[in-house]
Amino acid sequence: MSAIDQYINLFRENREAVEAHSAPALNALRPAALAALEKAGRLPEKGDEGFEKTSVEKMFAPDFGVNINRVNIPVDVAAAFRCDVPNLSTLMGIIVNDRFVPTTTLRNNLPQGLTVCSFAEAADGPMAAVLARHLGTAAPLDKPGVALNTLLAQDGVLIHAASGFRAEKPVQLVGIFNSPAPLLAARRVLVVAEKGSALSVLKCDHSQAGSSYLSSEVVEIVVERDAEVNWYDLEESNAETSRYSQLFARQAENSRFQGVAATLTNGTTRNEFSINLEGHNADCHLAGMAIGSGSQHIDNASEVTHRAMRGHSDQLFKYSLDDDAQGAFEGGIEVCPGARFTEAFQTNRNILASTNARMHSKPQLLIYNDDVKCSHGAATGQLDQKALFYMRQRGIPEQEARTMLMQAFMVDVIDSIRLESLRDRLRHLVECRFSGRPSGCADCNK
Amino acid sequence: MKSENDNIIDDITSGDYKYGFVTDVETDIIPVGLNEDVVRLISRKKGEPEWLLDFRLKAYRHWLTMAPPKWGHLDMPDIDFQAISYYAAPGKKKGPESLEEVDPDILKTFDKLGIPLEEQKQLSGMAVDAVMDSVSVKTTHKEALAEKGIIFCSISEAVRDYPELVKKYLGSVVSYRDNFYAALNSAVFSDGSFVYIPKGVRCPMELSTYFRINAAGTGQFERTLIVADDDSYVSYLEGCTAPMRDENQLHAAIVEIVVEDRAEVKYSTVQNWYAGDAEGRGGVYNLVTKRGLCRGDYSKLSWTQVETGSAITWKYPSCVLAGRGATGEFYSVAVTRNRQQADTGTKMIHLAPDTRSTIVSKGISAGESENSYRGLVKVTPAAENARNHTQCDSLLLGSRCGAHTFPYIDCMNPSAVVEHEATTSKISEDQLFYCNQRGIPTEEAVGLIVNGYAKEVMNKLPMEFAVEAQRLLQITLEGSVG
Repeated sequence: MSAIDQYINLFRENREAVEAHSAPALNALRPAALAALEKAGRLPEKGDEGFEKTSVEKMFAPDFGVNINRVNIPVDVAAAFRCDVPNLSTLMGIIVNDRFVPTTTLRNNLPQGLTVCSFAEAADGPMAAVLARHLGTAAPLDKPGVALNTLLAQDGVLIHAASGFRAEKPVQLVGIFNSPAPLLAARRVLVVAEKGSALSVLKCDHSQAGSSYLSSEVVEIVVERDAEVNWYDLEESNAETSRYSQLFARQAENSRFQGVAATLTNGTTRNEFSINLEGHNADCHLAGMAIGSGSQHIDNASEVTHRAMRGHSDQLFKYSLDDDAQGAFEGGIEVCPGARFTEAFQTNRNILASTNARMHSKPQLLIYNDDVKCSHGAATGQLDQKALFYMRQRGIPEQEARTMLMQAFMVDVIDSIRLESLRDRLRHLVECRFSGRPSGCADCNK
Repeated sequence: MKSENDNIIDDITSGDYKYGFVTDVETDIIPVGLNEDVVRLISRKKGEPEWLLDFRLKAYRHWLTMAPPKWGHLDMPDIDFQAISYYAAPGKKKGPESLEEVDPDILKTFDKLGIPLEEQKQLSGMAVDAVMDSVSVKTTHKEALAEKGIIFCSISEAVRDYPELVKKYLGSVVSYRDNFYAALNSAVFSDGSFVYIPKGVRCPMELSTYFRINAAGTGQFERTLIVADDDSYVSYLEGCTAPMRDENQLHAAIVEIVVEDRAEVKYSTVQNWYAGDAEGRGGVYNLVTKRGLCRGDYSKLSWTQVETGSAITWKYPSCVLAGRGATGEFYSVAVTRNRQQADTGTKMIHLAPDTRSTIVSKGISAGESENSYRGLVKVTPAAENARNHTQCDSLLLGSRCGAHTFPYIDCMNPSAVVEHEATTSKISEDQLFYCNQRGIPTEEAVGLIVNGYAKEVMNKLPMEFAVEAQRLLQITLEGSVG
């Protein structure tokens, strides 16, 4: 029996309750999701093509509860504020497990042209049409993870930037897990950037100790003509948290998209990025940073598909793995026959710092067109021994020298971030992480 | 300029296959289909000992439990394994004692192929084992080699004359459980070459095997086993051709190589099976398992391949680096055109400390072909200071072809350094312009640029082969010029 059967059964038994709490646009997708899931029969397993090191099936196998009846689990919202990025004033909303709670600051300060609300709220207002038009258009149901998320999701966050709107402050979504019992949260985000708009979203994930959690996340991002979306995803959860996150972006002509995923602390994580460059002259930057120690498992996968001419894409993923940490990177670039003059690049660099750390890397290219410039490179190795020696010779203790070199190693991922204050914050977090000081919320405001 | 280039590219896709003749020799073919009786029949026809029949039957039973691999980037129709004849031998009841006894038609075939099989060509200093429709027809230079203690013969002879050696090494590198096609080959392999180089011997000449599928409706399942004992050296060449036929023919071979302490084996392939016509009809399915085990310390195995033929190529010559300081190398040029599909690459498995591997892969795709590099580099926890460098480049000629790269890199040791680099590009307009400007017609310029692009690999081929391979590359790309 596959792990998904328990969720299909759960849905069948509680269909009415699930649908009663959800937006109509979400309910409309469920029959197709159910059919797709039944057709798939199972979730991807370790060893399947594209899932060399991570078994999604195994992530979903434990008997997680789903908060179908929307029991209000209290959360210490003040605790969430600790991870506010200093010097960065954001429009913050909180996702408690899978329920979106806008803060009063968010409600009071939303500028004209920007909407940040739950699906339920959107369905009752002028945003209903946007939700109905875009939800499910970027994330294909033939991916079992998406189908399962669509089946169980009861709420979601809609972020909408009206035509021509250019955000000054980034939107921040703080995901918090808190539950007395093992919990699965189906989180869903839809970002729509209308023509000529610009928007940054910072999402950070935290887990409160005491139970085990599984996050099933589907993020859909629609970037219309001349629009720009920056998506920053920072994970600082704990060893009891598993996360299966799938991000889908559709890019129209002249649009820009940046996606950055930083995994600092976690249990088992699989992040997928599927970017479709549908319009001419679209530009996409993906970056990933993974710092693993203990028994962390970090898997990033990308699929950048160039469907139109003169597209540009760049991918940079870096891993530093210590102790028994496992890392995997499966990158993909596909250039379709019509996508002439495409430029697509991909880089993966990894450092193994211990004998038990493992890295799997699979940077792939699929090219169906001769007028392209494409390259990829991958390297796995260790810190430069000469540099280490040089530093120690000058009186820097070994541990400190290592930390400095590790930080230097991550610098280009951090530098690719377009929000300056977030760059500073991440630099600080990375420093804490490498020097063994407790990172995460507790250390945030120091 | 543009249209001229397009013409050239069209021409590339329409060059003729010059090895497409059929030799009219009497052939002993067993009925189509595969079951235990067929396996027994093959074994009986070859007069094999009991242990080998057991090996075959075990492989056959295991094969029944397996399914064909689907992970390749290939569009391959399901093969009906019951529609193939698993044994076809050129029609001579007894093995030939000398060249005079070999069917003259067969000799003519090899003549056309330009194989130096005949005595007068022995001066070219190459020992040849010619395998036609799965049966080894004639091995030359046997005596000269025997003086040095080198064994170079067909695998059936080896089974008869050196059963201990064959028993010891057969299936030790590629087990019959390895994969679907390896299991099939283990069950029905008909012939192939066996090479044993004794301790401390440097093989004085290149050893060479020519493979040819001749009969219709048959598959070829040969098996090559090379053992290089301590401190020995051998360079081995393999060439393949087939007649033009409308149907697809199956070629599922196994090559096993064992390299002992400080020994070195160089294995070169020029593969030019019939690739099908411009519409993709016919052609050989080349589904091959090649693997070498560098068992000894400081042993070295080098694979060089020039792949221009076959409708479908599915082949990953691999090195298992099990001895300390062992070295594995893989140099490949794969050319696809028309509707050809190639999914080829290598596996470098580092099991011991100080092991090194180098991969250089050059893909050239034209027409509507699909050319993929798929390679694995695996560094296990015991492989301290392992080092790998992979360079894989793709060149696209034409806008309807595909060039893909699927590298798998698994690193489990912090002291290892593993690097992969890949680029994809088309023939540079600048380079073409430069050549044109100096009076070199575009057609020649394309050949020049492609040969230059492949030079790094061509240089690794033995001299005799390098010339042939270069010519082959030129012929393959010929007509790229009007």
